[in-house]
Amino acid sequence: MAWQAVDRIHPVIDKDAPQILSDAVREKIRSFFPRYETKRAALLPALHVVQDALGHVNHQAMKEIAEVLEIPPSDVLDTMSFYTHFWDHAKGEKVVVVCRSLSCQLMGSDAVLQAAREELKIEEHGTTPDGKYSLVTEECLAACDHAPCVLVNEKMHKRVKPDQISKLLKDAKNDEITFPRSSLFDKPAKKATADPADLPRTSDVREMKES
Amino acid sequence: MAKYEPVLLKNVGVEGVRNLKVYRERGGYAAAEKALKNHTPAQIVEIVKESGLRGRGGAGFPAGVKWSFLPEKRQVTYLCVNADESEPGTFCNRVLMEEDPHQLLEGIIISAYATQTTTAYIYMRVEFHEQFHILQTALDEAYAAGLFGKNLFGTGYNLECFIHRGAGAYVCGEETGLIESLEGKRGWPRIKPPFPAIEGLFRRPTVVNNVETLCCVPHIIERGAAWFKSIGTEGSSGPKLYTISGPVKRPGCYEAPLGITCRDLIFGDDYGQGMIDGRKVKGCIPGGLSVGVLTESELDCKLDFDEVRKYGLLGLGTAGAIVIPQDADIREVLANVARFYSHESCGQCTQCREGTNWMYKIAMRIALGAGRIADLDLICEVTRKMGMMPGLSICGLPDGAAYPIRTIVEKFRDEFEQHIRRQEPGRVEQVLKRLNPAIYELPIIGQRGSHTYHRAG
Ligand SMILES: Cc1cc2nc3c(=O)[nH]c(=O)nc-3n(C[C@H](O)[C@H](O)[C@H](O)COP(=O)(O)O)c2cc1C
Ligand code: SF4
Ligand code: FES
Repeated sequence: MAWQAVDRIHPVIDKDAPQILSDAVREKIRSFFPRYETKRAALLPALHVVQDALGHVNHQAMKEIAEVLEIPPSDVLDTMSFYTHFWDHAKGEKVVVVCRSLSCQLMGSDAVLQAAREELKIEEHGTTPDGKYSLVTEECLAACDHAPCVLVNEKMHKRVKPDQISKLLKDAKNDEITFPRSSLFDKPAKKATADPADLPRTSDVREMKES
Repeated sequence: MAKYEPVLLKNVGVEGVRNLKVYRERGGYAAAEKALKNHTPAQIVEIVKESGLRGRGGAGFPAGVKWSFLPEKRQVTYLCVNADESEPGTFCNRVLMEEDPHQLLEGIIISAYATQTTTAYIYMRVEFHEQFHILQTALDEAYAAGLFGKNLFGTGYNLECFIHRGAGAYVCGEETGLIESLEGKRGWPRIKPPFPAIEGLFRRPTVVNNVETLCCVPHIIERGAAWFKSIGTEGSSGPKLYTISGPVKRPGCYEAPLGITCRDLIFGDDYGQGMIDGRKVKGCIPGGLSVGVLTESELDCKLDFDEVRKYGLLGLGTAGAIVIPQDADIREVLANVARFYSHESCGQCTQCREGTNWMYKIAMRIALGAGRIADLDLICEVTRKMGMMPGLSICGLPDGAAYPIRTIVEKFRDEFEQHIRRQEPGRVEQVLKRLNPAIYELPIIGQRGSHTYHRAG
């Protein structure tokens, strides 16, 4: 729910931590500046660029984006927390999105979601232990003529039947789109540059406090 | 009736039409050239006004009139193309962008010229991945050919165009939500007035138009306003893309003159071709989720901007029909619809944030087999106490929530009542306790709650 506050017991930023946005990423963000009157308007493209490069946008990354855009870090968090597309914690290499709106539901998306849950052995919003897949549901993906539909990263799978899920998720190329890409936005990175496993999570913070 | 010749979809299926060369060979960009060379901006606004083109994004506001609201003296004007299509059941913009990207770009050039726009932004939802790359490639090609940038067609008119990708929020399709989102903020719709035409993106005069609206513009310039007016019905002129989904034989996007009936759309040979497996129709949501539902007996409703209102619907919406089959559980349908709005409310206005959530909770309770007859009245009451129409909210989302929910409950009330009567006794208490234990720990149950509870119990 877009209006609900995010969990703020998240890790404190380490001031001395090395930068996690590479120069190339910063340059790419800057390349959006000429398009808009304000630098802040480049925030959504910046978040896309960072999420594509790092897999997710954690607090450190938000702080660095704020530096590049010359806006307060709180503004970055404010904007980012509104949009369901951005992850502030590690997600899987591929995100499986099952559409749950009316057309898809009438055509059997509940069964598709159930099959995906069983196949990946995770619940909604969960990530498999090997970090390969995350599973989420979303509202209408504007492909209702192909209901029920499933999005794997960038690739739309159409008229998915529950018994096809297993094969679909085993296919290594299930996220490849056929149309030639524009270079403006990159394919989501296979391996996150900042290893998600190393990032402090909510529970780590608690442990740190307790010890 | 003579076979209808598609206008907006005329290039669909043509080999390689995504390439500029093929598009141009088929007469593409001639209208843009004609508009820029032979007409003044004011003339184009007049032609579009004359044609009666109404916005295809949902509200149905005449496009030419909207353009004429821009202040006389202005330095910078923005055009935002609304490609955030997220209304459930709607996908005609997607088809337009992936099948014929240059048609949209041509529409942008002409509309931008008419409004003297300096920069156009295409706000595209992020889930359109393939469509983004298709449109961006087309845009790059058009830039390279000098169709965007400086000195278009040698007329000295300059225009920049960029695609801005959204990040998954329905409310960013609302025009001021879209503007806020473009500025890098939360997609919170703004209080109007000032309307975007006066103060929009970066506080400059801004026009927001839907993809399909802009795609109509080149054809109006090419063939004239009178031709456009001759298609469709009185007050709803022009071709329209209808989309149909659900258990029909041929779900998809079809072009027709405005004013075909819902029954045609479902059963017509040129359109849906009837239901799969001989299933029956229970109802149909004819124009994107937000407009409300038609029952099987109301299917002869003409789908144009005005006629639908006679059936208690909000409007034509986006003409994206969702067919509900006879065997679907109406309680599930209601819960799904209610969930969508409670999830997508941006949370600025109390009535919308709380109202959509309460409706979802009530709908969920009914779906779980713990409904009460009084709930049906309650949910209808909530729908009347929210939205722009009673003047309680900033944007139209709660109106869009109220119509489908109220019409589903009212038009299928018998069915709901049957379900509720068949519920096992004691179920209400059981589920309610599980859903909201807090109520049972309070010393006093709120008057209304206790009253309705005892009536059902
Ligand atoms: C909650 C909400 C969501 C909307 N979503 C969309 C959308 O996804 N696409 C769209 O074109 N218009 C959408 N609209 C309508 C726009 O506010 C606006 O009316 C439209 O973009 C104007 O373009 P038009 O005049 O060409 O129809 C939405 C409106 C509301 C209230
Ligand atoms: S009506 Fe709802 S969606 Fe619209 S601004 Fe208010 S809270 Fe947000
Ligand atoms: S309802 Fe699933 S894509 Fe529209």
